[in-house]
Amino acid sequence: MSIRIIEMPHLGESVTEASIAVWLVAEGDKIEKYDPIAEAVSDKVTTEIPSNYSGIVKEFLIEVDTDVPIGTPIVKIETEEDGEDETVEVSADSEDVQEEKSEEFINHINKEIDKEAEEQPQERETKSDAKQSSEPKESSEKSSARYSPAVVRIAQERDIDLKQVEGTGKHGRITRKDVENFDVSSQSQPRAEKAPEQTESHTQSEQKPKSESRPSSPVSHTSAGDEIVPADGIRKAIAKKMVQSTTEIPHAWLMVEADVTNIVKLREKTKEQFKKQEGISLSFFPFFVKAVVQALKKHPIINTSWDNGNIVYHKDINMSIAVATDEHLFVPVIHNADHYSLSGLSKEISRLAGLARDGKLSSSDISGGTMTVNNTGSFGSVQSMGIINHPQAAILQVESINKRFLPTEDGGFKTADMVNLCLSIDHRIIDGLQAGRFLQDVKENLSKFTDESNLY
Amino acid sequence: MAMMTYLEAIRKGIEEEMARDEKVVIFGEDVGGVKGGVFGVTQGLAEKFGDDRCFNTPLTEGLIGGLAVGLGVTGYRAIGEFQFADYILPAVNQLISEASRMRYRTKGDWIAPIVYRAPYGGGVRGGLYHSQSTEKVLFGQPGLRIVTPSSPHDAKGLIKAAIRSDDPVLFYEHKRLYRLLKEDVSDEDYVVPLDKANVVREGDDITVIGYGMVLNHALKAAETLSKEGYEAEVVDVRSLYPLDKETLVKAAKKTGKVLLVTEDNLEGSIMSEISAIIAEDALFDLDAPIKRLAGPDSPSMPYSIALEREFLVDEEKVLNAMRELAEF
Repeated sequence: MSIRIIEMPHLGESVTEASIAVWLVAEGDKIEKYDPIAEAVSDKVTTEIPSNYSGIVKEFLIEVDTDVPIGTPIVKIETEEDGEDETVEVSADSEDVQEEKSEEFINHINKEIDKEAEEQPQERETKSDAKQSSEPKESSEKSSARYSPAVVRIAQERDIDLKQVEGTGKHGRITRKDVENFDVSSQSQPRAEKAPEQTESHTQSEQKPKSESRPSSPVSHTSAGDEIVPADGIRKAIAKKMVQSTTEIPHAWLMVEADVTNIVKLREKTKEQFKKQEGISLSFFPFFVKAVVQALKKHPIINTSWDNGNIVYHKDINMSIAVATDEHLFVPVIHNADHYSLSGLSKEISRLAGLARDGKLSSSDISGGTMTVNNTGSFGSVQSMGIINHPQAAILQVESINKRFLPTEDGGFKTADMVNLCLSIDHRIIDGLQAGRFLQDVKENLSKFTDESNLY
Repeated sequence: MAMMTYLEAIRKGIEEEMARDEKVVIFGEDVGGVKGGVFGVTQGLAEKFGDDRCFNTPLTEGLIGGLAVGLGVTGYRAIGEFQFADYILPAVNQLISEASRMRYRTKGDWIAPIVYRAPYGGGVRGGLYHSQSTEKVLFGQPGLRIVTPSSPHDAKGLIKAAIRSDDPVLFYEHKRLYRLLKEDVSDEDYVVPLDKANVVREGDDITVIGYGMVLNHALKAAETLSKEGYEAEVVDVRSLYPLDKETLVKAAKKTGKVLLVTEDNLEGSIMSEISAIIAEDALFDLDAPIKRLAGPDSPSMPYSIALEREFLVDEEKVLNAMRELAEF
């Protein structure tokens, strides 16, 4: 018999944190190796975690819906195997664990003090004495990090750094009275860099914050009748990613106009036959993906990521495509997009879009993308400024195709099908010149299609 | 002003109302004649108002419940006494399905202005059938008010308000308080509202909410705790149903530390509902988990004196729970 630990498994590239959505077993359950023990959620994917061992579920080590780094121990399993027990490692810098230990110790001291107090019940203490002497001195320095709702609310309202408040409650707990009586002017440093914004938000809004978690930006002004709806998990994942992209990546934008008259003709000519043969509709999107992939081969600088001072040139061309459902935006990936024909791209796009709509995208379906093509034209947009899908270096927005009059060489006019291509680039890696050349190639690739081009 | 026990104050209130309104009648087991009830609450009423207005019933609680409904819809103000709150159970159908629904099912054409009196509570060595708290059985029935006084002053004012009310009111009397509490009670014609809780002691460290015997424990414990430097806000629930949410939530918010005390079993008591209300309405003012102090979840009040003491919430238990919360 020995204890084994299961850790939060790797759920995909660039996934650094995940949480348990639901435990599929209970403590004390007997389980077999490979039995699913929990559902883990990262970014936008839910994955079942299988057990690495057969045995008895001893103890859950993390709470449901709490993000933990990959590799964090999540559950203890008691196995039949012989050998030494695995233990959860206490790293020297893990303050939480240390605090817990000291709290345990303080509990112990308190018990001893209580014992003594019980032996001399006739000695009643005065208020201040009672409050201080029943606590060992150290406890106030290492106060527990759990705060009551009232304490958190008041600290937020008055912008108090709770680390600077001395707790007079049990085991040094910070009580509501402690924060109420706390002299804000005595605070050694104004709280973080957000302080001015926070005070502003208070003067704007008399209402109490509706959420107990500290907002990352000032609480917006709400008035009577406003409805406050908590964002769901996927929306929060999108929000997190968008903030990361826009705060980490210095964006620059370019737009070119491309003539796709031939593609429109080609599609018009082949779409019925294609639908009959392949069972899916032929859209414009695969033509653009194809043109971009071809251009990427010539311009590897676009197919990159910024990594802490290094530029990572990706060998594979894995094309992320944006798929919008009524409620959410998913970005599945066509892996090795350069291996596909137009027909192959069509099928892959259709397959991924289907999975996204059904909520069945797996972790591998959404990971590993190296650049994104977004079909904004599908909802009629003619110009947009895309946000790059972190950690990629570029996103191309394909706008809607519209008929235009164009002047011809001979001084006349012709009608043409024109489309705007809007490119966002990570300006740390890519400069305007490289981006412009890349776009020229995309444009040229698009113009190379004729109504005789082969789809296969 | 006159020094009066809790029991005498109830009698005084009934007497004043019977004198004021000849439609007020009172009946129950041993209620009439010279006996005037097993505890003597109705002593002297038959003599003063006649056997037609203060009379005995057979040992049939269903009848007490139903007779009150019949009298109520025909213009009387009936006071039905259940000898012990434990005995209400055979009359529950009359109380819930008839009395409390009367106004609703007749669209307000008929009313059932009834007071059902019921001595409840333990600590009197009464054993199973004479010690129980049955308020939770009838709690949460829209149309049926439940009130209970915890002082002689409230006892007189509350019984008078209950008699004048057009709603059926279940009036619980803590039998251990009958002769235990004594205070100056005004001779004036005053009433205590049926739907208001009462802050009986002010403090800013913890809030204790209770009613009946345990409320008196809390008041005494609060004085002891005061010497240790903690001030308790003590609230008498008084109106058990519907609850006075406003007062209860306000008192909870004031200190953020709430102790709910009841003599009833821990689970499913009226305190469980109060806890839910406070959790819903006062979360961001709470500084500690809402604590309940109650009897164990065992079937009934035991007869053995040692077990009865174990079962009952006494002053020491209240004091310890209050101190623990104050120090939290």
